[in-house]
Amino acid sequence: MEDIKPQLVKVTIDGIEVEVEPGTTILQAARKIGGNVAPPAMCYYQPLKGSGGKCRACLVRVAAGSAKDPRPMPKLVASCITPVQDGMIVENSTNEQVLTTRKAIVEFLLINHPLDCPVCDQAGECDLQNFAFNHGMATTRYEEERRTFEKKDIGPYIQLHMTRCILCYRCVYTADQITQKRVHGVLGRGDASEISTYIEKAVDNDFSGNVIDVCPVGALTDKTYRFKNRVWFTKPVDAHRDCPTCSGKTTVWYRGDEVIRVTARKNEWNEVTEFICNTCRFEKKKTSDWVIEGPTKISRSSVISANKYRGDLIKPDFQRKLAAATYTHVDDERDTSQLGIQQLTPERFAPVLPHANDPEP
Amino acid sequence: MGKKILLEHINVPGIETYDVYRKQGGYTAVEKAIKTMSPEGVVEEVKKAGVRGRGGAGFPMGMKWSFLAKPEGVPRYLVCNADESEPGTFKDHYLMKNIPHLLIEGMIVSSYALGANKSFIYVRGELMYVIRILEKAIAEAKAAGFLGKNILGSGYDLELIVHPGGGAYICGEETALLESLEGKRGNPRNKPPFPAVKGLYQCPTVVNNVESIATAAWIINNGGDAYAAIGIGRSSGTKLISASGHIKKPGVYEIELGVPVEEFLYSDEWCGGIRDGHHLKALVAGGSSVPILPANLITKLANGEPRLMTYESLSDGGFQTGTMLGSGGFIVFDETACVVRNTWNFSRFYHHESCGQCSPCREGTGWMEKVLHRIEHGHGSMHDIDLLVDVAKKIEGNTICPLGDAAAWPVASAIRHFRDEFEWHITHPAEATQPGAVFKGEMALV
Repeated sequence: MEDIKPQLVKVTIDGIEVEVEPGTTILQAARKIGGNVAPPAMCYYQPLKGSGGKCRACLVRVAAGSAKDPRPMPKLVASCITPVQDGMIVENSTNEQVLTTRKAIVEFLLINHPLDCPVCDQAGECDLQNFAFNHGMATTRYEEERRTFEKKDIGPYIQLHMTRCILCYRCVYTADQITQKRVHGVLGRGDASEISTYIEKAVDNDFSGNVIDVCPVGALTDKTYRFKNRVWFTKPVDAHRDCPTCSGKTTVWYRGDEVIRVTARKNEWNEVTEFICNTCRFEKKKTSDWVIEGPTKISRSSVISANKYRGDLIKPDFQRKLAAATYTHVDDERDTSQLGIQQLTPERFAPVLPHANDPEP
Repeated sequence: MGKKILLEHINVPGIETYDVYRKQGGYTAVEKAIKTMSPEGVVEEVKKAGVRGRGGAGFPMGMKWSFLAKPEGVPRYLVCNADESEPGTFKDHYLMKNIPHLLIEGMIVSSYALGANKSFIYVRGELMYVIRILEKAIAEAKAAGFLGKNILGSGYDLELIVHPGGGAYICGEETALLESLEGKRGNPRNKPPFPAVKGLYQCPTVVNNVESIATAAWIINNGGDAYAAIGIGRSSGTKLISASGHIKKPGVYEIELGVPVEEFLYSDEWCGGIRDGHHLKALVAGGSSVPILPANLITKLANGEPRLMTYESLSDGGFQTGTMLGSGGFIVFDETACVVRNTWNFSRFYHHESCGQCSPCREGTGWMEKVLHRIEHGHGSMHDIDLLVDVAKKIEGNTICPLGDAAAWPVASAIRHFRDEFEWHITHPAEATQPGAVFKGEMALV
């Protein structure tokens, strides 16, 4: 069954060797190792062709280019778009310069980002929140006025909150690659660039809702879910329906026995595996619309995964010292499975699956 | 004195027309190259000449040409970068406006060398009248049989297209230029792949500066070795310098590389010295993005030897005591110029021109501008200075394209060499915000 396999290349990341197919990016190779070796990614999105290279969050140091040419690369490189070479040696969380730069990137992304997490729908499943928690500083050096944008209406389903945008371009690639016609894009230049539509046209397309899922922050949110809940009070389950437009495979989010939101399914790197249509996303908000498969394996980047933000569980890097020093640990013994069972009908749902980050019992 | 290659016939009346240009020996390089030389032979001559890219980075042009991928059945392109927008640089504008045929002759020779049948000149959008001059010149060259199908009966075809830019500094970055030429938003691409492999429309492409391409005609007529004999070492040939600021004779000058900075600045042949009654305070040698140097460091190297107008000599001492030749935008400041205000001005430019694609540049340029604005207007605090240094350091080298570096270097260098002036602005806000107020502290005026 196994025919000719391409010659695998060996690459060492943070001292761990991994074999991958030629053409794999450093980031994908690091994800193969997993855990803390995988650099953070704010703009790169594996299902979207051409994404990446913009946020600079995933910059790593290449200590040796390849076995043939072991010279180090002069600058840090964006791991999401740099292919590995045989014998390449990469330093990610073991390199001080990489971590310092990453800290700077968090700072850059946050200077104009409104710190309105308490009222932001994305809170709890926000890539920027996680990135800032893992790599950012506890203080800010920015004293200037933050950049703001006027609110624009882009249709009945999607709320655009441009002030929160970090210009990852994911939604632009999504519209290009998933929908039939892209009607939105980036206008303006520099820190005045904004995601907008041509003369504020409504984004109206069967698959437009996917821009919500790919958005790493709360710049694009679901109007049907807006201000209804906090993500850590919800309980996601995998479900499907017979949909003529898309695969119909979704994650349905419950609060109690009420469906309050439907999203596409995401993998452990917070990337959508199969894009879904707007009918599934916005209009099927009854349990009877869905065939429930079981609880969703909770992503490591979600606060629904218990203890996500416990200082002692954050993987070691020098940020941790700072976080530990300023963080008063509250011993929270609550069991998330209990939380889930209390909210949902007990028979239908198994307890939340243990997560890789959970401490050993 | 000094050999003129590009501006030799600049003062001939009517040189912008085909007839006069032809009478002055124009288009002989095209005849020589197409009739007697192979494309590889042309590349070889340019390599021998050792001419380095005149757009700012100084990468050897012949080497760039030899990197061009040549897959079968795929067109190759030559794109001329005429999007000159760096503050303080105006040489390409001058060249195209006055001797358009020199660029066109260079384009034909270079396109022939690279095997390109369609070449583009991407001109800064603000220069519409230059675009018209170029289009007229192209029509003349075509009528004379130097462009179009079957040039000089050789079977080689070349179409030359002038494309106006949309008015963005960033489109002078080669990959942003290619995106813009393709009709897209001018965002720089991630590299690799480099344009030599995947450039315009994903085909192998060479992007060269106007001045670089214009040298090709002379190199073919006189040979690469003759070109390499001019100048010093790896800085061969001549360079157009756009001189501006507080000097007696601002303008575009062609110099042989290797002229001492001091001579260029004070000789009556060139800048003619600082305006009467004033002294040199600081100098930006290669366009707004290169580090600014104080008077004592620009004329002499750290070891006391005179600094020369070459790539190597200007960058001697690294960024601690050196700078770069860059695009040759020679901006001179006398003691009436405020370094803080100037740095803010440059910073404002880069903030305005950042494409906004990658986070360090998008956010960092705006941040630096705001902090500099604050210091200039008397609201700064001491830790702002270190903050600026740190932000500049975090931008530098971490961006997709060199605009991030270009934004960081002027700020970092101004603080490195003129820190006392920044401090004075912070400690004496009332004085510093007076119109025309300039720090009068200790500084080495020459």
